[in-house]
Amino acid sequence: MQPIIKVLKLSYYYDSIPSLDDISFTVDKGDFLGIIGPNGAGKTTLFQCMLGIINDFRGEINLFGSDIRQNKKTLQRVGYVPQKKSVEQTFPATVKEIVSLGMIGKKINKEAIYNAIKFVELDAYTDKRIGELSEGQQQRVIIAKALVKDPDLLILDEPTTGIDSATQERFYDLLKKLNKDKRITIVWSSHDMNAVERLANKVACIDRKLFFHGESGDFFGNDERMKSYVEFEMQSHMNLHFRRTEDGDNNLEKS
Amino acid sequence: MGMLFDIIQYGFMQRALLSAIAISVICSIVGLFLVLKRHSLFGDALAHVTFGGISLGLFIGVYPLWTAYIVAILSAVGVNKLRESTKIPPDSSIAVLLTSGLAIGIILISISGGFTVNLFSILFGNILLVSNDDLIIIMITDAIVIPVIYIFYNKLILITFDEKQAKVSGLNVSWINTLFIILASITIIASIRLVGVLLISSLIVIPNITALMLGKGFKKTIFISCAISIFSVVFGIVISYYLNLAPSGTMVLIMISMFLVTIIAKNMKFTLNKVLVTKN
Repeated sequence: MQPIIKVLKLSYYYDSIPSLDDISFTVDKGDFLGIIGPNGAGKTTLFQCMLGIINDFRGEINLFGSDIRQNKKTLQRVGYVPQKKSVEQTFPATVKEIVSLGMIGKKINKEAIYNAIKFVELDAYTDKRIGELSEGQQQRVIIAKALVKDPDLLILDEPTTGIDSATQERFYDLLKKLNKDKRITIVWSSHDMNAVERLANKVACIDRKLFFHGESGDFFGNDERMKSYVEFEMQSHMNLHFRRTEDGDNNLEKS
Repeated sequence: MGMLFDIIQYGFMQRALLSAIAISVICSIVGLFLVLKRHSLFGDALAHVTFGGISLGLFIGVYPLWTAYIVAILSAVGVNKLRESTKIPPDSSIAVLLTSGLAIGIILISISGGFTVNLFSILFGNILLVSNDDLIIIMITDAIVIPVIYIFYNKLILITFDEKQAKVSGLNVSWINTLFIILASITIIASIRLVGVLLISSLIVIPNITALMLGKGFKKTIFISCAISIFSVVFGIVISYYLNLAPSGTMVLIMISMFLVTIIAKNMKFTLNKVLVTKN
């Protein structure tokens, strides 16, 4: 069976510093892939390459069998939930208006919009401005927007960072439901190792290079590997610290 | 209302009212996207560039409106590309645009020893001097801007909301941004007759921030902003005619008054709600 995503020898340099270095992995239909790695590991850059936002990378990325740089139409089958950003309270679009933006390029289907809002349990807020909702609710609106076009693949970039734990749990339940009930393939980056262990069937661990890719149980069930990852993550933090210090960031040096 | 019917009999007043309404509608629509993109002063900067363009036209003996269109559109697209391809903050690139337009205008005026046209009306506008040709240009601008915004409405909202998500939706964000900047440029040029170079940002910003305070959805905000703008320009023209005031200044002061009334009403409502909650 053809993989949904195929990443082959992906490298990306930002101002001659490698952000991603020779990364290769595949995502199959129905997978729930958790991507973990320290801050600055290149998770967001990886997503931006996969989504065709960054195009000057080396290597190859195939989405649904087509090269993402050659065929952007495959993005119509992808729902994307970026890192949480707070929406200004005065932004005038309502929940319904934001969710309908997910149907750009398709005929507006009011029922689909309502169903997507209902799925994320925000039907009581349809005509509320998105800026008036809590951060957790805003992220659910963005999920509804991603779901309204009935995607085959959902890509989420640290969607729960800065959200309280109760809201995070509801969010995780929602992701589980999407993967199990709607059979949506999910690629999700997170710092919440417990949640990744609980939800994902596969794990990719990156810090510019691919440290591990495989079954979730093979990663979390292997004490040596976990110990090695923790050491590796600590080393990454140290490296990041020294890299910044060498760049002359005196504030970081002091901290 | 009687006052309005009295003055509407004059041809110049009909042209003034029609053009003022047409301008206020497109300024509100284009302005909402500019305000939400935090490009509120873009209108101001473009108006100053237009001033440079008009001066250039007068200097080289070409119909000034055409040079204004060319200079404003090229500058706007250039600044947009500068913003996309470099890390210069948007407000700084707008400042460069604004000052360069004004500098060009001032130098050309100083070289020529002053133009015969009334610079005062370029700087402060004079809606009562709108000719039939001006009215036609304004109507054509409306006929271009409104349908194009309508066609790209959802795409513009998505780009305003989050450019990255717009790119993932398969939108050619750079192309749509360029198109929008061109629409904003022609809107500004058409609006200079109404309030002049120095007050143009009032039409772009004030009705929209007033409408945004009322807490409605995107479409409703556009309609409310248009209503505030139309009321201000029509009422402003009538009052300025009877009290012999400068129309542009009068319109802007009416807009500012409505903005202040909205702030006060919002604060009173908030305080009242707080008191009622405390009592209960």
